[in-house]
Amino acid sequence: MKKQVCFLLVFVTLMGMAVACRPVTATPTPAGPRTLVLMSHDSFAVSEDVIAEFEAAHNAKVQFLPSGDAGSALNKAILSKENPLADVFFGVDNTFLSRALQADIFETYKPQGLENIPDALELDAEYRLVPVDYGDVCLNYDKAYFEEKGLTPPQNLEDLTKPEFKGLTVVENPATSSPGLSFLLATIGHFGESGDYTYLDFWRDMRANDVLVTEGWEDAYWSQSTWAGGGERSIVVSYATSPAAEVYFSEGKLSEPPTDNVLGDGACFRQIEFVGILKGTKNRDLAEAFVDFMLGKRFQEDIPLQMWVFPANEKAALPQVFLDFAEAPEHPAVVSPEAIAQNREAWIEAWTEVVLR
Amino acid sequence: MSERPGERHIIKSAVRLLPLVFLTVFFFYPLLAIFRLSLAPQGHLDPAALSKLVSTTYYARTLWFTTWQAAASTLLTVVLALPGAYVFARYRFPGKNLLQALTTIPFVMPTIVVAAAFNALLGPRGRLNLTLMALLRLQHPPINLQHTIWIILLAHVFYNYTVVLRIVGGFWANLNPRLEEAARVLGADRWRVLWQVTLPLLAPALVAAALLVFIFCFTSFGVILILGGPRFATLEVEIYRQTMNLFNLPLAATLSLAQIALTLLMTSVYTRLQARTGRPLKLHPRQTTQRRPATWRERALVGGNVVFMAALLLTPLLALAERSLWTGSGYALTNYSELFVNRRGSVFFVPPAEAVRNSLIFAILTVGLALVLGIISAYLLADRESRLNRWLDPIFMLPLGTSAVTLGFGYIIALDRPPLNLRTSPLLIPLAHTLVAFPFVVRAVLPVLRGIHPHLRESASVLGASPARVWREVDLPIVGRALLVGAVFAFTISMGEFGATSLIARPQIPTMPVAIYRFLGQPGALNYGQALAMSTLLMLVCAVGFLGIERFRYGGAGEF
Repeated sequence: MKKQVCFLLVFVTLMGMAVACRPVTATPTPAGPRTLVLMSHDSFAVSEDVIAEFEAAHNAKVQFLPSGDAGSALNKAILSKENPLADVFFGVDNTFLSRALQADIFETYKPQGLENIPDALELDAEYRLVPVDYGDVCLNYDKAYFEEKGLTPPQNLEDLTKPEFKGLTVVENPATSSPGLSFLLATIGHFGESGDYTYLDFWRDMRANDVLVTEGWEDAYWSQSTWAGGGERSIVVSYATSPAAEVYFSEGKLSEPPTDNVLGDGACFRQIEFVGILKGTKNRDLAEAFVDFMLGKRFQEDIPLQMWVFPANEKAALPQVFLDFAEAPEHPAVVSPEAIAQNREAWIEAWTEVVLR
Repeated sequence: MSERPGERHIIKSAVRLLPLVFLTVFFFYPLLAIFRLSLAPQGHLDPAALSKLVSTTYYARTLWFTTWQAAASTLLTVVLALPGAYVFARYRFPGKNLLQALTTIPFVMPTIVVAAAFNALLGPRGRLNLTLMALLRLQHPPINLQHTIWIILLAHVFYNYTVVLRIVGGFWANLNPRLEEAARVLGADRWRVLWQVTLPLLAPALVAAALLVFIFCFTSFGVILILGGPRFATLEVEIYRQTMNLFNLPLAATLSLAQIALTLLMTSVYTRLQARTGRPLKLHPRQTTQRRPATWRERALVGGNVVFMAALLLTPLLALAERSLWTGSGYALTNYSELFVNRRGSVFFVPPAEAVRNSLIFAILTVGLALVLGIISAYLLADRESRLNRWLDPIFMLPLGTSAVTLGFGYIIALDRPPLNLRTSPLLIPLAHTLVAFPFVVRAVLPVLRGIHPHLRESASVLGASPARVWREVDLPIVGRALLVGAVFAFTISMGEFGATSLIARPQIPTMPVAIYRFLGQPGALNYGQALAMSTLLMLVCAVGFLGIERFRYGGAGEF
């Protein structure tokens, strides 16, 4: 009976393993399609038919390897550089660009279609990382709340420290959150580190004005916001496309977003996302073809509704909901990737000191 | 059976080594690899990266906070769950099995979803505050727990109540109530009976449960980050920040080592306590120890605890389930039906049936592996003659107290070559889950195993039973219940996506928690609704799973 129990357990275990293994043990036969592995952060998304098109054109199979948030995915790619996990890596943004380049994990490749991408987005002169999309981290505010109270909504960063907006803002912790760091960078780009009124002075005033700090975007948006979370904060650091997403994901109930963006000068920070070919790939030609494909119209036009960011390719047509409701600030704050890499820790620590301690 | 004794001995030794082999390959080896890479990439230690450790008191304060919040959470959980454990051990009442299954559901819920539920109930605009404001005619919400230590403690009780309830309650049910009755007859009052008879008898299970809760709270991550807010940090949180955001691997590894050292210390203390408190007992089948509450006093006790559990554990879950049906203008199943539609044709769309299937496959594998390893380990530890135990026991607990971030990175750099090229294999998921799950099986089984009176086995042998028959007819019936408790926790740990698995690179085999996080990643009411619908499905699947495991009967197992 002991044996029977053991046998039963081992049997169940083996059966389960067999089932669980099936998808990966399917090694391609020599004549069959080659496999290209794409490593990315968890927010990566793409349409099935777009990928199917690439697979058919190149007799390939694309395998996805979502590997956590942007920071952890990149760290995993760096740690595994002796024996890379994938051929192509998508999702390095400009806040991590320098770390990625210093780690020397990408091969140089100048893809086709780069001429359709604005120069302002190209941050690596050696083409180890090329831009795929961009999106702006902005403040969203609850339109109904300000209408009800008869308040003028905030127009820029300076407004947030006014007494009438006391206790209304929630931001994410830059030490743990990507939009949180981006918003801190916006304030650094806008107010600067020296002068009469530095970014730290702004944050001191924000603290006095009862700013709430959460760990990540999910908590800020889903638990604290007045429109999505039943919280009591009507100004939330989110993305400039969030109002459009609110309409899109309302099952047709909303014809207009419940929220709007604060688009004043330097109030937003532009995140640019890059793709690169990982050193050590055994499928360099296929990887090149995939990077070309990512910059092409077909893939680029799929980006907005899948990932809620703007395509880097200027020729790509935008979906209607983007044309109607997605805004991009004219003058986002600018901080160079080198400066970010150099000062990330010091800025976060200074911010923590001023806002949290 | 023509086995020779020598052969048999070899097989026995090989089986005994299994847990250690498992730990060596899937725990110590990756851990050493990441520590070596982090601390001495060029073969020697670079002290510059560690200068921060001593230049500020921040890390010392973090360590202190980590420890005391874990101690406070553990104490609170034990004190609050003990009456519940008593009620479950001694009384039969309608709906008991269902209630027990429901109390375990918090264990699997993603923190971000629980945070939303807590906020809907206790937040500044939560139901409780709104009700109190209306009742007491207040201008401002009277309860403000957001980002305080109180919400951390409350959440830790919410998550861990079930650990004490099941492990202590299960053990208690097999203790002879006559002992307490005898003490009463001899003139001791209720408190004295509790203090001098019940608690000492319960001690093995009590300390085991407390240790598990302590280690869980000691390495607490999501609760601290999300509910506690940015002003609180445990070592685990700091390891995460240093690794993910600052990529300061030397500092992260040092903090990780400190965390492991403290876990070792705690478990060593525990092992000593355990050695002193564990004693052979006369364990009784629960049929003879349980009865229906008879007097009004007993009914009040049972009722009071049921109401308490419902208020603490079930209201947040019900709030989520209710919200998942809400569509903005009324109640409907829209969020559920939308789960089945791949509206944007996404590659990453997860059909609900597939998520449920993947979660269940991983969970069943984890239960199987954890039971096999857990039973072998528990028998190794129960052997009183072995001096090795003092060392083995803390080692078996180590995976629980190890930073998931560190271990996840260890997997990536260590398990990257054949025959162990598992980095992207889905197998790694149940293996990582088992690492956390099998200590639970050990803790659940060991107190009972040590409680089996040696005379029972000796008598059976003397009467001519073979060792296999002794195991089948003495050990298994008595240990069966505890095994089921262990199985429930292994199942839970896997369904709830514990630790390292969210940090290893995973191929596209999405589970239910993965699907929940995907929905929560984008704005829009429908995404939130679908996340809650998937969460509610997760609760249902788990509740059915728990009930199924508890009904499992094989031979005499589970009847006791």
